[in-house]
Amino acid sequence: MSEKDTNQLIGRFKYLSERDSVDHYAVNCPSDHLIDFCQILRDEYLFDMLVDVTAIDWDVASPRFTGIYHFYSTSKQLYLRVASDCKDNIKPSLPSLVRLYSAADWHERETYDLMGIHFDGHPNLKRILMWDDYPYHPLRKDFPLAGIETPLPAADVAEQTKVKVAAAPMMGGPFVSSGDGKMSQTEPTAKDESWNESKAKGS
Amino acid sequence: MSHQIVGYDSKVEGEVIITKADAVINWIRKNSVWPMPMGLACCAIELMAAGGSRFDISRFGMEVMRFSPRQADCMIVAGTVTYKMAEVIRRIYEQMGDPKWVVAMGACASSGGMYRSYATLQGVDRIIPVDVYISGCPPRPEALLDAMIKLQEKIMKEQSVKNLLKELPDNPIHRDSV
Repeated sequence: MSEKDTNQLIGRFKYLSERDSVDHYAVNCPSDHLIDFCQILRDEYLFDMLVDVTAIDWDVASPRFTGIYHFYSTSKQLYLRVASDCKDNIKPSLPSLVRLYSAADWHERETYDLMGIHFDGHPNLKRILMWDDYPYHPLRKDFPLAGIETPLPAADVAEQTKVKVAAAPMMGGPFVSSGDGKMSQTEPTAKDESWNESKAKGS
Repeated sequence: MSHQIVGYDSKVEGEVIITKADAVINWIRKNSVWPMPMGLACCAIELMAAGGSRFDISRFGMEVMRFSPRQADCMIVAGTVTYKMAEVIRRIYEQMGDPKWVVAMGACASSGGMYRSYATLQGVDRIIPVDVYISGCPPRPEALLDAMIKLQEKIMKEQSVKNLLKELPDNPIHRDSV
């Protein structure tokens, strides 16, 4: 987006504010105005493609959740990032863009599934990756990577096999690279291998 | 009875090979393994390569990949097993007729692999009995062929007649995988 256009955008819509970005132009948009703004983006500014919908969990900060939308204009070949804070930290919600961009359908379902953001007006807001009865939203900051013990989705299989959805054995993980030095010497490894599935940590 | 000589006329009966029922049954079984590709991730690509002309799994008498569990007796679990998919794998396994075998192909199917996460079953052996594990991420087609040959060797050691008469428990997961 050229400098002129961006100034226009912020100048024209008083509710927008500029957002720090290292790549494409980005704006903050309050969730109340999101639908109107995106409608204009699509129809007047020719951002005809919704590339991605995702969200950020800011953990202890408030507002805790921010929805992120990436738009692309196939005629102008420009990207634009729109961020919108969720007002409620406990039951976060955003307006659904499905009516404007059908691409939003699965993206919003994924964001709902993994982050627990409710998209108001979505025609079919149910989980897309985890199973329907799964009780958590795993990409939230307060969810451990290894998972939390829950019943297996199919009750009969769970009964036969006595298998539960168990926290994954981290074995000293998570397996992360230190990030400095030669790649060959900084392969992701466990930080502490003194414990494992059968031997508890610190024993 | 045990020392009685059985009269045998080769002109009438033709040539006869004397063997054990187990050996015959196992020999037949091992050379007609019908695998069911349970392709779940990138391992499935290597599985396909093993089925192609370059690696040619048919050299060992087990090339008839069937996508129906009713027509297959060896499930090759090739890829990451998520908890959501575990149920499906278990059901498909149960739909396969006995005798049946399972090959866990690759690190993910064997142990969860690099996916130490909330969504991944930490080894398909938690949900179905596995006969052969293959290491690798993904294993090369040669490794799969080696595993299938190992499986054939294992089949040759089975007590098939005894198993035929044995009543199977309701819960095959806890059965010693022959």
